[in-house]
Amino acid sequence: MFHDPVALQVIWNTLLIAVLKIIAGSIAPFAFALLLNEVRRMLFKRTVQSLVYLPHFINWVILGGILTDILSTNGLINQFLGWLGLNSIDFLQSGNWFRAILIISDVWKEFGFGTILYLAAMAGINPNMYEAADIDGANNFQKAIYMTIPAVIPIAIVLVTLSLGNILNAGFDQVFNMYNPLVYPKGDIIDTYVYRVGLQQGSFSLATAVGFFKSVIGFILIATTYRLAAKYANYRIF
Amino acid sequence: MLKLSLSDRVFRIVNHLFLALMAFLCILPMVHVLAVSLSSDYATTSYLVKFWPIGFNLDAYKTALDSNNFIVAFKVSVLRTLGGTLLTMFLTMLAAYSMSKDDRYFKGRTLYAWFFVFTMLFHGGLIPTYLVVQKSGLTNSIWALILPVAVNVFNVVLMMNFFRGIPKELEEASMIDGAGHFRVLFTIFFPISLPSIATLSLFTMVFHWNSWFDGMIYMNQADQFPLATFLQALIAGFDYTKIGLNPSDLEQLSERSLKSALMFIGIFPILLVYPFFAKVLR
Repeated sequence: MFHDPVALQVIWNTLLIAVLKIIAGSIAPFAFALLLNEVRRMLFKRTVQSLVYLPHFINWVILGGILTDILSTNGLINQFLGWLGLNSIDFLQSGNWFRAILIISDVWKEFGFGTILYLAAMAGINPNMYEAADIDGANNFQKAIYMTIPAVIPIAIVLVTLSLGNILNAGFDQVFNMYNPLVYPKGDIIDTYVYRVGLQQGSFSLATAVGFFKSVIGFILIATTYRLAAKYANYRIF
Repeated sequence: MLKLSLSDRVFRIVNHLFLALMAFLCILPMVHVLAVSLSSDYATTSYLVKFWPIGFNLDAYKTALDSNNFIVAFKVSVLRTLGGTLLTMFLTMLAAYSMSKDDRYFKGRTLYAWFFVFTMLFHGGLIPTYLVVQKSGLTNSIWALILPVAVNVFNVVLMMNFFRGIPKELEEASMIDGAGHFRVLFTIFFPISLPSIATLSLFTMVFHWNSWFDGMIYMNQADQFPLATFLQALIAGFDYTKIGLNPSDLEQLSERSLKSALMFIGIFPILLVYPFFAKVLR
């Protein structure tokens, strides 16, 4: 396995895609929850919440089908680019674009659902504190920086720490439903590789070795991050 | 309420616009699919449709619903969703109830708890899992879709923490009145925790409805596929024979609108339960 250039490339792809997803997927819900927290009109806030949660509940089979359609040469996005006077881009045929699409679409699917915990924490902040800040003359920006953010930082730390356990999970469902042989060099990940080599080509031993490698690394990471979360953020699963 | 400064007012407007834009971005792709599925052959093949159907018709839905394999796949999905959710919730409650007890009442509770949690931390990987299911003789039966995912440890932990919050006095009082553990679980704990059980059930149902990979690897015949696997097979390599149609039926219908119709049918049950989620989650 460690002499197989394809397997090494696949491990590298997995790491890169997963790390970028973790970074983008940690920032987006936090920022969105902060902005949403500034909204005072409950009807507007709830409508936005209901709409952004939706993609989380739809599986990658359907989302992959939809994205493949709107990102195709004649699809919605390229029509929009054409309207702006830009050249059309083969999003799903070029490896670099494919990686970018994986990360953007993953953030798009999950950022709304990720805001739930942050919004719950923000709702728990005592409103009297905001009133006191108002009287002291703090503006919205200052209140966000000095009150809201410090209040939700502990949760953010726990979530980011725990998400480190996903460092080798680049998202099988998503990649499997969107990739094609043209983007294998940059878009193939451990899980899709294991599936193709193991279940489709029948080399059970190589596929099991690669899969087991992933499990062991994942186990070490999760065990470590749980310890870190328990130590620094006092997080316990039970 | 204090008076807003100019910068605050500008921020407020920009913020509202941005949030509204993001919210629309989250549903526009689905709206597009719906519009394509309802449009005429000409409009879809020449990519004229944006967010509103052109040449409105329901032919794609008629074709999809007329095909036998589609109905079969739909039934498999409904069966696994209902059966799987019932079994999962039953097992989750049993496991959570026993592990919510103190070490003094239930010797070895911590050991059992770690036994469960370990499966959350470590997976054998795809191939070993597949071999276990295959050697157990579950392949090609609906149990392959239900049993391997019957216990979600994360839900067990959530449920267990909820059960722990229930006052001990309730349980002790009913025990004194002669109730056994099953009676305590189903007549005391169950009604108290109904809201969280309902929430977990909803998530389990959506999980089952959306699962497609297990159907793909454990089922050999297309007529045993659940709907999500069926859709995956169709979307990935658009194969008309799988849907049980002959090509002559499709002359009046573009591939794109049929695909879109199938995708929308796949989303539809989720949209039906979605109001409950929206209510629970905010």
